[in-house]
Amino acid sequence: MIDGDAIYAVWLREVKVYLRERERVISSFVSPILWLLVFGSGLGASVSLQGVSYQTFIYPGVLVMSLLFTSIFYGIYIIWDRKLDFLKEVLVAPVSRTSIFVGKMLGGCTDVMMQSLILLILGLFIGIPITPLVFVYSLLILLLTSFAMVSLGLVIGSNLKNQEAFNLVINFLIWPLFFFSGALFPVSNLPSWLSALTYIDPVTYGVDALRGAILGAQSQAFPVYVDLSVLIIFSLVMMWLGTISFGNMQQSK
Amino acid sequence: MIITTKDLTKKFGNLTAVNKLNLEIEEGEIFGLLGPNGAGKTTTISMLCTLLKPTSGAAKVNGFDIATQPSKVRSSIGIVFQEPSVDDLLTGRENLEMHAMLYKIPREIRKKRIDEVISLVGLEDRADDITRVYSGGMRRRLELARGLMHHPKVLFLDEPTLGLDPQTREHIWSYIKKLSEENETTMVLTTHYMEEADMLCDRIAIMDAGEIVVLDNSANLKKKVGGDIVLLKMDEPNLERIRKLSFVTEAEMKDGTVQIKIKDVSKNLQKLLCKVGEIHSVEVRQVSLNDVFIHYTGKEIRSGEEEGGFWERVAHAEVNR
Ligand SMILES: Nc1ncnc2c1ncn2[C@@H]1O[C@H](COP(=O)(O)OP(=O)(O)OP(=O)(O)O)[C@@H](O)[C@H]1O
Ligand SMILES: [Mg+2]
Repeated sequence: MIDGDAIYAVWLREVKVYLRERERVISSFVSPILWLLVFGSGLGASVSLQGVSYQTFIYPGVLVMSLLFTSIFYGIYIIWDRKLDFLKEVLVAPVSRTSIFVGKMLGGCTDVMMQSLILLILGLFIGIPITPLVFVYSLLILLLTSFAMVSLGLVIGSNLKNQEAFNLVINFLIWPLFFFSGALFPVSNLPSWLSALTYIDPVTYGVDALRGAILGAQSQAFPVYVDLSVLIIFSLVMMWLGTISFGNMQQSK
Repeated sequence: MIITTKDLTKKFGNLTAVNKLNLEIEEGEIFGLLGPNGAGKTTTISMLCTLLKPTSGAAKVNGFDIATQPSKVRSSIGIVFQEPSVDDLLTGRENLEMHAMLYKIPREIRKKRIDEVISLVGLEDRADDITRVYSGGMRRRLELARGLMHHPKVLFLDEPTLGLDPQTREHIWSYIKKLSEENETTMVLTTHYMEEADMLCDRIAIMDAGEIVVLDNSANLKKKVGGDIVLLKMDEPNLERIRKLSFVTEAEMKDGTVQIKIKDVSKNLQKLLCKVGEIHSVEVRQVSLNDVFIHYTGKEIRSGEEEGGFWERVAHAEVNR
């Protein structure tokens, strides 16, 4: 089932393409930086939360936000691959669909992690308290979250029939996932309807874990083991759905 | 038989693209699948290479069932798609390297194999350019190189020489022949170039509206359509009289010449010329595969009408997106 060469081949392609598409890489930094600088310091001048500046407070949330967008866009991008019939060449190869899925997923996670790494380094420059230990711990949480989100993106991308659905996904999935995740506000003491929504949003747990890692355990709404278990279970379910979706994928033309 | 299909059918909504197809293709042969646009050639190939699930019916490729053993089928085949399918964010060579990895070509011979196919299609100078900047024909050549590279048992070529210049086409033809002779590769080829089918294919099936209309080797097909064609240039031809002659099967005016289909030219040409009166010139042409094709599939260009009315087409467009 799992085939190292095939996974490597698919992964390598994704990484090469990522490094080659400079415009895409650069533009993926624009919105997190704007959020941090404009929103963070604009609102942050008058607000502080949980004893830190608003900019510092939303920093973990912005990291997860950029991860969320990059991951899901990456996944949905396979609609274009299918449109161009490039994916057909891979689907007709004598390798299991599981390997193709895993290669695609690892490729996406690599893109996302390169981006996260740069944003973490940037954090040091705007005064976020990141020690080497925190740095490594944060990367691990981000990696786990990227497994979950890239897989989710691929599940969506392999089931969508056409590009028009793309906007639906952005408006009805990505933005809600982001807004209800507590990336911009603490999730404790919310009105009950809102807190119910934050509880079912898997991104909440990524934000919460990362906030705990960077701002300290007192800023977390859930115990770490809850965050990590939710992320792991969600990732496994998405990977499972992803392999099934890839298995069922037919040519789309 | 390396490929057999049994009542293989594919429906898209209420359009039947392939209708109860029964085919047997022998090991080592080059099998031509001809037919007008929309006949169902690509759909047939897509099902045989496991990219599309049949609506009903079954097929075996290299002894493996396409529905229950798709991965075994995939390791027996190679395909050159009709639609563009190179990865245009990678260089030509990278496309081939990725293919080599996916098809498990041993590392030791990978480079040699890649260089071999690159030089076959004459892309030596451009192999390390991003394929986005390739011309259409160069991309096609790369796709061909890629499909041929892993020496599959069965090779599907869906309009392989579409858009290629004459030199490259000849090159590809001789390589296809060579591959079929030396490696015993079975090939299923679709094309709209009749001379290509005539030259390469051991047997030819003409398909129309999802069904095989006729299947035979090229010589027999031509014999079936029958007769040779005599082209006469003359003033005031009397078509009625010509048609009445016992050895004439068809006669009509076309572009100022009289086209007469005639049985056994060598015997009857003289008689014909005696009967028609004064002529300016005469030309005898043997039946070509082109004539065969037109004979079996009709002359008119197909409109969308026969695929269903307006609403069917709307529904179809939805699916197609
Ligand atoms: N994904 C699809 N959805 C709906 N209809 C389809 C789809 N693919 C093919 N068809 C229809 O099936 C019929 C056969 O198409 P196919 O592509 O097999 O034709 P073809 O013989 O390869 O033609 P061409 O010579 O133009 O390549 C056409 O009427 C086409 O519109
Ligand atoms: Mg076709």
